[in-house]
Amino acid sequence: MRGQVHLWAAQRVTAALLAVAVLVHLVTILLAVRGGLTAGEIIGRLSGSETWLLFYAVFALSAGLHAAIGLRNVGAEWLGLRGRRADLAWLGVGLLTALFGIRAAWGLYAA
Amino acid sequence: MAETELAEDKALAWTVKVWRGDAAGGGFAEYAVPARANQTVLDIVTHIQRELDPSLAYRFACRVGMCGSCAMEVNGRARWTCRTHASKVVTEGGTLELRPLANLPVIRDLATDMAPFFDKWAKAGGRFQPKDAKDGEVPADFAVVPPASKKRQEADAGIECIGCGVCYASCDIVAWNPDYLGPAALNRAWTLVNDVRDGARRGRLDAVAGDAGCHSCHSTQSCTERCPKNLDPSSAIAGLKRSIFWRFLEPGGDR
Repeated sequence: MRGQVHLWAAQRVTAALLAVAVLVHLVTILLAVRGGLTAGEIIGRLSGSETWLLFYAVFALSAGLHAAIGLRNVGAEWLGLRGRRADLAWLGVGLLTALFGIRAAWGLYAA
Repeated sequence: MAETELAEDKALAWTVKVWRGDAAGGGFAEYAVPARANQTVLDIVTHIQRELDPSLAYRFACRVGMCGSCAMEVNGRARWTCRTHASKVVTEGGTLELRPLANLPVIRDLATDMAPFFDKWAKAGGRFQPKDAKDGEVPADFAVVPPASKKRQEADAGIECIGCGVCYASCDIVAWNPDYLGPAALNRAWTLVNDVRDGARRGRLDAVAGDAGCHSCHSTQSCTERCPKNLDPSSAIAGLKRSIFWRFLEPGGDR
């Protein structure tokens, strides 16, 4: 029961983070594509920047967890997937999704 | 004059498809009923049972929207049949479809077993537990709760529920998760959470938390849309989520 309330709270908190993160992300895209987009430009902005690394790490983690909690509900309600094993599987999906994002952010930071 | 009118009306007939069966299954039976201008859906069901097929099982008591026992699915939508004018819901082709309330086990024909519905009221902590009177003793004096106070108004907003089950039958979450407490039980819990005389807030918030409780609600608001008393269980459930969330952030609150 407590765990379920934590999941609900986590989904609301990550939603709030995502609202800000998506906005920053979109504004960055709009600004970055002005005058053409190059790999060099992207790396120039992100390489060695702890701020951007932290931003994208939080972004990716929020997106991964938020989506996995939502999919857990869809799975339970529409497919009848319930219980501890399903929960662990969704946790795996969430962390894996987050890991892909964080790995990409790290790759650009270290480039 | 009235007799002529009735005779004319009788010439016109509506076709009523009524679900007949029991827990094992069933199907629709068709009845032709007089298309009277001024009759409720409950009148039609009573006509079928009295004049056409005495074996039809259904439930009603007050006939005037006080008891909440005649709720059924009329053309796929849960309603009080006693407060539904047939002429307002009949299709252009003159047909009506009646089924027992959804999300509840069928006893027979149009009568459902309401036990799971009321069991969930108990599970949601729907019983008032006086703060000042332990073990059911009678309090020494009346509690004064100012009618204008916010808590009193929040409690008053949901207190008129008569437990007809229309919201419960209209709720998608109940259909998807049989353990879900449902709008009526959660609305009752929210009423008691706002009752300043009640002493069981903590246990009640625990009882309504989690996947079987308020946190499964998607706020699609079918309950609020269909409540014949115009109550707003959806907002009550949102209130429970809010209360539990703030308690969760309090130091030591999450115990």
